[in-house]
Amino acid sequence: MTAPAPTRTRGGALEIQGLTVGYGGAPVLHGVGFALAPGEIVALLGANGAGKTTLLRTLAGLVAAASGTIALDGRDLTALRPEDRARRGLALVPDGQSVVAELTVDENLRLGALWRHRGAARERAITGVYEMFESLARRRTSVGHQLSGGERQMLALGRALVADPVLLALDEPSLGLAPLVVAQLMSTLRVAAADRGLTVLLAEQNVTSALSIADRGVVLDLGHVVADAPAAALAADETLRHAYLGF
Amino acid sequence: MDRLLFLFATGLARGAIFALFALSLVLIWRAARIVNFAQGAMALVAAYVAFAVAGFTGSYWAGLAAGILAGAAIGFGVERGLMRFAPHSSPLAGVIVAIGLVMMLQSLLGILFGAQYRPMRAPFDDSPIMVGGVPLLSPYDVFVLVVALTVMAGLGVLFTRTSLGLQLRASAFAPEVSRVLGVRVSRMVTIGWMLSAAVAALAAVLLVPTELGLNPHATDMLFVYAFAVAVVGGLDSPVGALLGGLVVGVAMTLVTGYLGATVAPIGVLVLLVAVLLLRPGGLFSLREARSA
Amino acid sequence: MTGQNTPRRGIPHTLALGAVLTVVAIGGTFLLDPYRNFQLATIAAYFCATAGLTILIGRSGQLSLGHAALMAAGGYGYALTANAMTDAGATGIPRFVVSLLAAMTVAGVLGWLLGLTAARLRGPYLAGVTLALVIAVPAVAAVFSGVLRGDQGVQIAYDGVPPLLERLIAVEQWQAWVAILVAGVVVTGLAVFARGRTGLRVRAVRDDETAARLNGVRPGRVKVGAFTVSSVAAGAGGAVLCFATQSISPGAYTLAFSLLLVVAVVLGGLGSIGGAAIGSALIVLLPWVLGVAADALPLPAEVEQRLSGNLAILVFGLLLIVVTLVRPGGLASLGRQLRPRPRGAGARHPESSPEPRPEPARELETAPPTPHRKR
Repeated sequence: MTAPAPTRTRGGALEIQGLTVGYGGAPVLHGVGFALAPGEIVALLGANGAGKTTLLRTLAGLVAAASGTIALDGRDLTALRPEDRARRGLALVPDGQSVVAELTVDENLRLGALWRHRGAARERAITGVYEMFESLARRRTSVGHQLSGGERQMLALGRALVADPVLLALDEPSLGLAPLVVAQLMSTLRVAAADRGLTVLLAEQNVTSALSIADRGVVLDLGHVVADAPAAALAADETLRHAYLGF
Repeated sequence: MDRLLFLFATGLARGAIFALFALSLVLIWRAARIVNFAQGAMALVAAYVAFAVAGFTGSYWAGLAAGILAGAAIGFGVERGLMRFAPHSSPLAGVIVAIGLVMMLQSLLGILFGAQYRPMRAPFDDSPIMVGGVPLLSPYDVFVLVVALTVMAGLGVLFTRTSLGLQLRASAFAPEVSRVLGVRVSRMVTIGWMLSAAVAALAAVLLVPTELGLNPHATDMLFVYAFAVAVVGGLDSPVGALLGGLVVGVAMTLVTGYLGATVAPIGVLVLLVAVLLLRPGGLFSLREARSA
Repeated sequence: MTGQNTPRRGIPHTLALGAVLTVVAIGGTFLLDPYRNFQLATIAAYFCATAGLTILIGRSGQLSLGHAALMAAGGYGYALTANAMTDAGATGIPRFVVSLLAAMTVAGVLGWLLGLTAARLRGPYLAGVTLALVIAVPAVAAVFSGVLRGDQGVQIAYDGVPPLLERLIAVEQWQAWVAILVAGVVVTGLAVFARGRTGLRVRAVRDDETAARLNGVRPGRVKVGAFTVSSVAAGAGGAVLCFATQSISPGAYTLAFSLLLVVAVVLGGLGSIGGAAIGSALIVLLPWVLGVAADALPLPAEVEQRLSGNLAILVFGLLLIVVTLVRPGGLASLGRQLRPRPRGAGARHPESSPEPRPEPARELETAPPTPHRKR
């Protein structure tokens, strides 16, 4: 399994500071801040409603922050629209069914690659993703809504990867998937990240899976960061787990 | 029987125009999720431009080209200057703004050009060709059919085989996901409007030579017909627009052929009500996008 | 939906308000010259239709572009019944009342049928069907020309001032009285409907059909009911117009007129009956003002000809767009801003919530706040 060797000068370093986000008056995130070093895999943990999805959507530019900054490789993203953030190398795999159901697998992938590559390079990028996800290769002409849940997540991930991002943010990719599929997804994710030198921010409720591939974990509770520690330490910290992660 | 054949053939030609116009409504629906009630008025302005240019240059073709370009420009102007400010969450607001636009455009045309009918000459003969002693289509009808089918085929290729088409479709189906993938969605919406308005303009320019003449209300019935086509065919289905257009065109031509032209509006109304009561999803549509 | 904890108490208040305003308006006719009184009668007739339309659009969320057709139905119903009664020897008030009721019934039935077709549809589809309906009016008159007399229309016998009042008032004033009286009754009835439990259900359906269904409200039925009620009101308006002009023809009920009704309702404020009154006055008076102004300017005849009619529509179209984008609540929302405290002293308990104000702004505002940044 080969992937194009990353030849990038950008690293994927992410810095979030003092991020406050609210919907019509009720703040969901309160002064959230943390950082990702290039190549790190960081798990973003927390119960339902802790603000993980809001954080990722704000990161992608779908939600406007009331205050705070987001910087990717030292360049401020706050003023950029989502499509421009994508073109800076930020790839979001949204929660739920983000595969475009009316398009085929191939079209979904192509869509992700459009802005990034042209011609032969585009075909190579797409082929690269098919090599990574064999089941997708077999289903290239299937329309989105014909895929199973696991296949859709593979497709969503592949679609994010085809544009050669520097930072990959995933919102609960394991949701609704069988444990075996989740394990497969996580291992694919880890390998892809290593191969491509990706920085990964992985929001998950499935704490065990997330911590199994993460270097570090950031825990959110009701919009505040309550912990920011290496994955192993988090996994071992029972008090923390009971308090915020429900087990 | 001869009469039936003649009406049927003419109905197909008429229907091709309805199909084109309905297709433009489908394009807008897909791009912006609204039924553009101002489509007729926008196309009418483009038709007036075509008329003026044709008159000035003496060339129908120059007029046709000008009309299509004017249509695209109007689509651009209306989307960027007006529609993007309409609150998306309430479909009624978009309709009301469109109604306001219709009133402004039609009254402006009335003020600038007056209410008189301005006949527009067809580039081809519009008397029917005899096939085996039976009058069928006129050369102009054939021209209309060829143009309509070519344009529809062209749009089909655009949407299914090109990157632009992929982006247009994705922006319509899933705007948020598309943005996150780097697609410039708002640009796609504008392009969708421009394409749609250009197609509507083409339909209007094709229609006018077959009617009494260009006037500020020349496209009122066209909009109603096209709306009926969209209902029959389903607003989200281009194929539905084509088939629906032919169905409505033939049906209406038969009705007016046997019962007289005054009955036409009643015919459309009956058709609309019948389809909405019996097959609310349209005959060909993909999704049940209709019920509140 | 706050403030509906005492719906019943609002009703006597509404009735009293309606009665008072009607009397005041009738008194006002003494101050006006005949032409003004004719305009007032027209405004009152339009008000019947716009009051119903504003409730339909603003509170049940159904956009009808064809209300002129419903007025026409009422008008023709009135004319045909009046003629039939004249032939049978009836005159005066009995003839008027029976014909009016017939008009309202005809319009109501048509509205009910339309409502049935439309109840399942989302806004734009209903709008399209009503559009097709109003465009079909001349065709219907032509096809049934035996009865409806095609483009010529139907004439009715002249209804003069009753002998009792003959020496006191002119015929235009009398017509204004009749128009105001009918409008008073019809609109007050509408207001009571909107305020009561049915009105509450109507708003519930507009705001969230699923939630309404879960609460036992049947959205289809409610929407049909709202459509029927507004059609009855429109029919009354058409009848009054026919009464005032002694004739009815398809030319009076065009698409342009139907759109003007929508303009009146939007400018006044969707869902606001008071706004509908202002809107009705606007669509009668503004064209007249513009016409006078255009006459005063030294313009060549052809330009004047082109301006007449079109200028008013141009202005209304612009106003429609501006109001929808900038101030969706219309003039009614301006009024609400100026009012310092809720009305209604006297019988109302000081702690009860203010009269449930219609929320037309909600219809056009963005949906429940979403975090999307608009770009």
